Amino acid sequence: MRHLLSAGDLDLAEACLILDTAAQLASVTDRSVKKLPTLRGRTVVNLFFEDSTRTRISFEIAAKRLSADVINFAAKGSSVSKGESLKDTALTLEAMGADAVVIRHSASGAPHRLATAGWIQGSVVNAGDGTHEHPTQALLDAFTLRHHLRAGTGDLAGLRVAIVGDILHSRVARSNVLLLGTLGAQVTVIAPPTLLPFGVNDWPCAVSYDLDDVLPHVDAVMMLRVQSERMQAAYFPSVNEYSRRFGLDVRRLNLLPPTAIVLHPGPMNRGMEISADVADSTRAVMVEQVANGVSIRMAVLYLLLGGMTDEDRRDQL
Amino acid sequence: MDSGLTGSVVLDAGDIGRAIRRIAHEIVERNKGAAGLILLGIPTRGVSLADRIASAIEQIDGDGVAVGALDITLYRDDLRLRPARPLESTAIPTGGIDDKVVVLVDDVLFSGRTVRAALDALSDIGRPRGVQLAALIDRGHRQLPIRADFVGKNIPTALAEQVRVRLREIDDIDEVTIEGGAG
Repeated sequence: MRHLLSAGDLDLAEACLILDTAAQLASVTDRSVKKLPTLRGRTVVNLFFEDSTRTRISFEIAAKRLSADVINFAAKGSSVSKGESLKDTALTLEAMGADAVVIRHSASGAPHRLATAGWIQGSVVNAGDGTHEHPTQALLDAFTLRHHLRAGTGDLAGLRVAIVGDILHSRVARSNVLLLGTLGAQVTVIAPPTLLPFGVNDWPCAVSYDLDDVLPHVDAVMMLRVQSERMQAAYFPSVNEYSRRFGLDVRRLNLLPPTAIVLHPGPMNRGMEISADVADSTRAVMVEQVANGVSIRMAVLYLLLGGMTDEDRRDQL
Repeated sequence: MDSGLTGSVVLDAGDIGRAIRRIAHEIVERNKGAAGLILLGIPTRGVSLADRIASAIEQIDGDGVAVGALDITLYRDDLRLRPARPLESTAIPTGGIDDKVVVLVDDVLFSGRTVRAALDALSDIGRPRGVQLAALIDRGHRQLPIRADFVGKNIPTALAEQVRVRLREIDDIDEVTIEGGAG
């Protein structure tokens, strides 16, 4: 594995390797010395062109726990606000010797461009690009599902997962559909027709417009944030109506089988896609998702940078 | 190369069983009993050996002895020489290792680099009262100032030779062979 750009690039063995590695790395969190020497001397750049708290901090903690040097680069307050292009930013980072670039960008495909244009030698990790993909979020969701519903081992064969809400703008949904499909889960996406992307019928998942219909038959439900900042048009009549038809409240929580869990990638709009009662219930695993995110990102950084990299190979020649 | 046919057998099942029992006796003798002892096997075969030594100690001393596993992959000094390796499991007995005597258990003691990594890993987990080392085979060629406290068998080898330990739990057979070298 050289880069992590799309959850769809991972085959079953690679996906399970990342989950298993994360499971081992999770124990570091419980130790008094929360530090491993593994990535000493490696430099990880967090290149964030878009606002993020939990993902950036999660990657930062993960890299620091593995002893890598971390440089945080936010577009605000950098030369990007003076009009610097992605290419020139990348060349600058390369000159400074970045071993891995964790990139979040509002343009779908920016990480792919960064990885394939030849501007930098290091590994590229997609931390969310536009409405395209967010593979580490899908991995941490899969890790959380596996921990709760599959005793923490193996794949997710036969697991039934509903993904509800703004599928159109959600890179989390896209990555999850691809990854959960690879892991053998049966995914149903549920949304108003206006919030489903073109070509959703070709995705490896089922599509429904009726939440109440699906809930009794799933092992987990993943609620998505309605991304108002990406909506230039009216996709639904009112917040109230959206909430009534696609929000998860206590009545709908009770429709779920008793062992089913509720996920949300955050940040939550309480009262819109999820009611406060549900968000605070014991069935909701949002806090665990955040904790698991650190383990998953440690696993990804270890697998990308922990062994021989292209740079090491060149040094030997 | 996956069977013992190509190499010469230096220890058979009986030899391995006797070596494990002797190591167990020596550990109990050195530490005046099994109280406060933790056996940590280094994956993969060190873990099976630690389990066997622990049950042998239980037969000798009567008291059970805590046993666990310590994966040292993340502490290796040769990570950059190969692609990233999958991790093995680490299992530290409840109660931790603080103020206990930890006996590290590995199958073959060779360069000493694995043990160096294990000592680093231990110091991140806690502060044991003492650390001792048990190895089923000591084949020489140390590259670091490290020695074993308990050795099943010293086997002088050439650098090009390979010592392979096979254990029932993993390989369905108990034997130690030397392979390669001349060809």
